[in-house]
Amino acid sequence: MTEKSSITLTINGQNHAIAVEPRRTLVDAIREDCGQTGTHIGCEHGICGACTVIVDGEPVRSCLMFAVQAEGKKIRTVEGLATGDTLHPMQQAFIDHHGLQCGFCTPGFLMLAVGVLEREPDIGDDELIDVLSSNLCRCTGYQNIIKAVRAAAAEMRK
Amino acid sequence: MKPAAFVRHVPKTLDEALKVLSDVAPDDGRILAGGQSLVPIMAFRLAKPAHLVDINEVEGLQHIASDGTMLSIGARVRHAAFHKPVVDGPLGALLAYVARHIAHYPIRMRGTFCGSLAHADPSSEWCLVSATLGATMVVKSTRGERLIAAADFFEGIMSTVLAEDELLAEVKLPLLSADTKFGFYEFSRRAGDFAMASALVTYRLEGGQIVDARVGVGGAEPSPRRIAEAEAALNGQAPGEDIFRATAEAAAAAVEPLEDHQTTGEYRRDLVRAVVHRALENSV
Repeated sequence: MTEKSSITLTINGQNHAIAVEPRRTLVDAIREDCGQTGTHIGCEHGICGACTVIVDGEPVRSCLMFAVQAEGKKIRTVEGLATGDTLHPMQQAFIDHHGLQCGFCTPGFLMLAVGVLEREPDIGDDELIDVLSSNLCRCTGYQNIIKAVRAAAAEMRK
Repeated sequence: MKPAAFVRHVPKTLDEALKVLSDVAPDDGRILAGGQSLVPIMAFRLAKPAHLVDINEVEGLQHIASDGTMLSIGARVRHAAFHKPVVDGPLGALLAYVARHIAHYPIRMRGTFCGSLAHADPSSEWCLVSATLGATMVVKSTRGERLIAAADFFEGIMSTVLAEDELLAEVKLPLLSADTKFGFYEFSRRAGDFAMASALVTYRLEGGQIVDARVGVGGAEPSPRRIAEAEAALNGQAPGEDIFRATAEAAAAAVEPLEDHQTTGEYRRDLVRAVVHRALENSV
């Protein structure tokens, strides 16, 4: 046990003052210390992508960052996608195209897809499939996720 | 799956980073750059560093710069920086092509070029690029600076000649002339997984004949390296299927393949034949 540092994490525009050990991963801090449990923990070693969040505009694995490294950065999680009762186009597309079944991987897929499309709005279909290979889904077989993300990409370009 | 406790140091300057590294290195201190290899290893408790020197806030390590002969890449430059060509000509195109094969998109947002070299995984794409093109490592410590050729840098699986107090501050890659052709291919069982074998080839044509051939193989041996026998098979020949097959055969014969619980040496040797051939096919 090493000393805890007091840090402030900014998640979806809201400040959370917390005290964490340096070894606390960002995803553990988001869930356990800040109470934002929309971000899921899967493999805890960077393979599954369930914990993907957007940090300063970059989709990253929050299990492979330490919370102390995210101080002062803008963190976005699935809780921040919708505006009031209006879902983000990506969330709506996942519903419309049946891009989820059990939903465990969904927050990670949403943040991955939104993060990449905000960076590269004109990304090609082949590249998009490569991007979606980043995260694991054991229900859907990916086809409906690909359809949903393509539809949302078209919507987001409008 | 939680990393063991460590003390984090956050230097703001290179001098400060080298000083703190020199202080904590004897007490199991390590550099933390992108963390995309180190943090998983820590999660598994395969590594339990007592100190981490986090270089993510060190000024002056973020550059990608060309001086007309060499491309310099600082220790904080992330894989994703190469998604688009960073320099005109074949080198920028080569790096952009290879970068898309590294792990997955979110990993490429954080992982660094130099960190990949210092980590020295046999299947690392950047290690293969550095070995094939003849990179120069710029290594710094409180004791000074030294330059290390890629051919002398890798010592085996996840092992380099870096001393514990040394930081790989920068890598320099030679620019490729405008007429350089390149081809790359890697094989892995799953998208984004570690390559079980990979190959990078570069050459130029003079009067229809191959000159300056470089054939690098990664993932198959403890460290990526150029295969002289394969280069000899290419040089002086016109590109074509027969000569590509002969080159792939020469590479397969020359390697001493790794074996593991899933893979025999002969299987990996066969993969080397295939990836060198496909890299050559991609080069035209």
